[in-house]
Amino acid sequence: MDAGALSKSDAQKQKFSNLAMNFLTKWGTIITIILLIGFFAISMPPFIKTSNLLTILRSISIVTVIATGITISLTVNGFDLSVGSVATFADSLVISAFVWYEFGLVPAILLALGGCLLVGLANSFLIVKLRIPDLLATLSMLFIIEGVAMTYTGGGSISEGMPRLDGTETFGRLDPFFKSIGSAPWIIVIMLVVVTVVHIFLNYTKHGRYLYVVGGNLEAARLSGIPVDRYRTLAYVLAALLAALGGVILGSRIGSAQINAGAGYLMPAVAAAYIGFSVGGAGRPNAIGTLMGAVLMGVLENGLVMMSVPYYSLNIVKGVVLAIALASTYFRKR
Amino acid sequence: MTKIAIEFPGVKALSGVDFQVKTGAIHALIGANGAGKSTLMKILAGAYSHYTGSITIDGQQVEIRTPSAAKQLGIEIVYQEVDTALVPYLSVAENIMLDVMVNRMGKQQFVRWNEIHRSAQQTLNRMGVKIDTRELVQNLTLAQKQMVLIARALSEQARFLVLDEPTAPLSTTETQELFRLIKDLAYNNNVGVVFISHRLPEIFEICEDVTILRDGLVVTHQPVSEVRPLQVIELMLGHRFDETYPKTKVPIGEKIFEVKNLSTYDSAVGNASMYVRAGEIVGVAGLVGAGKTELSKAIFGALPQKQGEIYLKGRKITVRTPYHAVQQGLALVPEERRKEGVLVEEPVYINLSAASLSLFSSALGFLRGAAEHASARKVISDLGIKTPSDSQKVAYLSGGNQQKVAVGKWLVTEAEVYIFDEPTKGVDVGAKHEIFELIGKLVAAGKGVIYASCELAEIIGITDRTYVMYDHTIVKELVTAETNEAEILFYSTGGK
Ligand SMILES: Nc1ncnc2c1ncn2[C@@H]1O[C@H](COP(=O)(O)OP(=O)(O)OP(=O)(O)O)[C@@H](O)[C@H]1O
Ligand SMILES: [Mg+2]
Repeated sequence: MDAGALSKSDAQKQKFSNLAMNFLTKWGTIITIILLIGFFAISMPPFIKTSNLLTILRSISIVTVIATGITISLTVNGFDLSVGSVATFADSLVISAFVWYEFGLVPAILLALGGCLLVGLANSFLIVKLRIPDLLATLSMLFIIEGVAMTYTGGGSISEGMPRLDGTETFGRLDPFFKSIGSAPWIIVIMLVVVTVVHIFLNYTKHGRYLYVVGGNLEAARLSGIPVDRYRTLAYVLAALLAALGGVILGSRIGSAQINAGAGYLMPAVAAAYIGFSVGGAGRPNAIGTLMGAVLMGVLENGLVMMSVPYYSLNIVKGVVLAIALASTYFRKR
Repeated sequence: MTKIAIEFPGVKALSGVDFQVKTGAIHALIGANGAGKSTLMKILAGAYSHYTGSITIDGQQVEIRTPSAAKQLGIEIVYQEVDTALVPYLSVAENIMLDVMVNRMGKQQFVRWNEIHRSAQQTLNRMGVKIDTRELVQNLTLAQKQMVLIARALSEQARFLVLDEPTAPLSTTETQELFRLIKDLAYNNNVGVVFISHRLPEIFEICEDVTILRDGLVVTHQPVSEVRPLQVIELMLGHRFDETYPKTKVPIGEKIFEVKNLSTYDSAVGNASMYVRAGEIVGVAGLVGAGKTELSKAIFGALPQKQGEIYLKGRKITVRTPYHAVQQGLALVPEERRKEGVLVEEPVYINLSAASLSLFSSALGFLRGAAEHASARKVISDLGIKTPSDSQKVAYLSGGNQQKVAVGKWLVTEAEVYIFDEPTKGVDVGAKHEIFELIGKLVAAGKGVIYASCELAEIIGITDRTYVMYDHTIVKELVTAETNEAEILFYSTGGK
C-alpha cells in the first residue's frame, strides 16, 4: 500500500511536468524570442532602438515570404526544395524585364510571377502526375531552374547599363517604385500582408482546410470527395508564387540580377517553417508560426552581429538554436 | 493486476481496476467503446509507463513499464489498430517474424531468410490461412493483415495472449478457425488468453470468465455461465437495452440509383448490376474477400472502372473519382477507418466536417466556425462519441469511437445514396443501435442506402433486399423478408 501512495505523488509530479512540457512546446519559440531580445537589450542598449528593430524586420522579410510558400507546401505533407532557385529566376526575370526590355512596373512583375507559376505547375506535374516523391522532384527542379536562370541571363548577372552577353547596349532603367519595395517600410508591409493573407487562407477558408486534410491523410481525403490532385497542385503553385515574390523583392533590394541570388534563402526558410510548427500549439505548418521562426533567427543574427561575433561563426549559433527549437517541438515525454 | 489507474490529458481512462486471468483459460474483457479495455491491455503489454497500481504474476509482483519487459514475462498482444502495428512495405514473413528478428537474434548479425520464411509459413499453416509469405503487407486485405498480426503473436512462446478485437474484420469461417487455435493454446498449451470483442455470441461461445468494464471501472467479474447476454449488454451500457434491430417501416419509392454491368480492371468486381430505390436499404452480403469492399469502391470511383454504367435518378452519371461521386450525391463510409476514414492527427470536428465543408463555408470559401462546431457537437451526441471535447485529436479516441467518427462524417453530408462498408466494425452494441437508427432516418428521408456487411444477422436485421456476392460477382438477389441466414450463407459460399 505504501508503494501505491508513493506512486500517486509520482503521478502528480508527472502530471505537473507534463503540463510544463506542454507549455514549453507551445510557447517555447516565443519565450526564446523574448528572452533573446531581453538579453541583447540589456547587454547592448542600442539593440532595442526602433531603427534596429526595423532593421531586423527588414532583414527577415524575404526569408519569411519564401518560408510562407514552403509552409503551404508542407500543409499537404509535401516539400518544395526548389524555392531558392525560383527566387533567383524571379530576380533574373524582373530585372531583365526592366533593363533589357524596358517594361513598366506591372508587366515586369507579372512576367516574373508568371514565369515562376510555370515552375510551380511543372513541380506539380512531376509530383502529382508522374508521382515522383516531392523531395526528389523539387530537387531536380532546383537544378533545372538554377540552370535556366543562368542560361537566360547568360551567366547570371544583369544590372542597369550593363551590356547583354552578345554586346548589345541596354538602356532600361529600374522603375523608381520597384526600387523602393526592397526597403522599409514597403518590404515589411509586404511581408506582413503575405503572412496575414496566408494565415487567413489556411485557417479560415475551406481551401486551406482541404490542404490540411490532404496532408493529414491522402487516402481519407480522396475518399471524402476532396479533389486531392487539384489541391496538391495548388500548394506547389502557391509555394512557387511566394518564392517568386521573394525573388522580386530580392531584385529590388540588390537592384540587379545575381548568380544564385536566391539560393541562400532556402535553408533559413525551411528552418523558419519548421520552427513555426509548434507555435501556439498549432502542431502543424502555419503562417504565423513561420513568421515567428523567421523572427527568432533574425533577432539572433542581428544580436550576434552587434556583439561582434565573427560572421563565419554565426552559423554555429544559428544551427544550435535551430536544433533547440526543433527539440522543443518534437521532444515529448512518454 | 490490482488498482490500475491511468490518466491522459483530459481523460481518466482507468480508475482503480482489478483484473485477474488464469492460465489455461479464455477470459473475456468487454465494455462499451471507450470503457478502457484496450488501455488496460496496453498497460499489461508495457505500452504505457505512467500508470499506477501493481501487476502480479504467479504471486510475484512484477514491473511492466516497457514492451520488452512484458515480452520477457511471456505476455503477447494483438493490438486493435492493425495498421499501427504492421510495417506496410515489409513482407508478410518479415512482419510475422518481426519480434523474433528484433529480440531473438542475439549475436547473429545476418538474417537467415529461408528460416524466416519457413517459420512464418509454419505459423500460418498452424492457423490454416493461405497467404504468400513474400507478399508485401500493404497489398493485403484488412482480414489478412489481422491474420498476420495474430501470427506474429503466435510465433512467440506466450504464457499470456491478449487479443484486442481480433475478430472484427474476420468472417465466420476465419473466426471459427481462430477459435480452434485459441482453444488449443489455452487447453493444450496452458496459455492464459484475454479475448476482447463486441460480438457477444463469441464471448458465450469460447470464454469461461468475463470482466465487464464501464467508464474505467470494473462493473462485474464472473463466470460466463452465470450471466445472460441481455444482462451483459445492460451491465456494459449502464442502462436498459432493446435487443431487436430498429427497423423502421418506410414506404419504398422509385428506383433512384442503378449500376449496370460494372467491372474493374483487376477483376475485383465482375459484371455487377444492382439498383436501389428511394427509402430502401439494400444489403451486400458475402464472406470476407468476396468483393464487397471493391464493389463499394468501384461504385464510388475509388477503384478504376473498366466498364459499366451508373444512373442516379434516371440520369446517367460518370464517376471517375470520389470527387465526382460526392459531387453527384454519393457517400461512402470506407472499411479501413485508420487508413481511409479518419485523419488521426486532426481533431474530431475537422474530421466530422471533412466531407461536407461546403455546407460550413460562405460563398467566398470562408469557414463558418460556429456552424461547424455546432454540427460536430450534434454528431458527437447523436452517436455517443466518447471524447472530452470536439477538439480532441482522433488518435486519442478508442477504436470504436474512431469508427463512429468515420461514420459520423458522412451523416452530415447531403447525399442521395449512402454506401456503408462494414460500418459497425468494432462498435459496441449500443452504438450499433444508434447507427442503425441513423440509417433508418436517412431512408425515412427518401435516401437510398447500400449496406455491405459480412455479418448476416445485420443484413437480415436491417435491409429490405440483399445481393449476395461470391468470388467478386453478385450471385443472387434476395428479398430479406423471405430469406434467412442459412440461405444467404449458402449463396455466399458458392452454392447454386
Ligand atoms: N493516448 C491517449 N490519449 C488520450 N486519451 C486516450 C488515449 N488512449 C485512450 N484514451 C481514452 O481512454 C478511454 C479508454 O480508451 P480505450 O481505447 O481503452 O477504450 P476501449 O474500451 O478499448 O474501447 P473500444 O471498444 O472502442 O476499442 C477513451 O475515452 C479514450 O478516448
Ligand atoms: Mg479498444
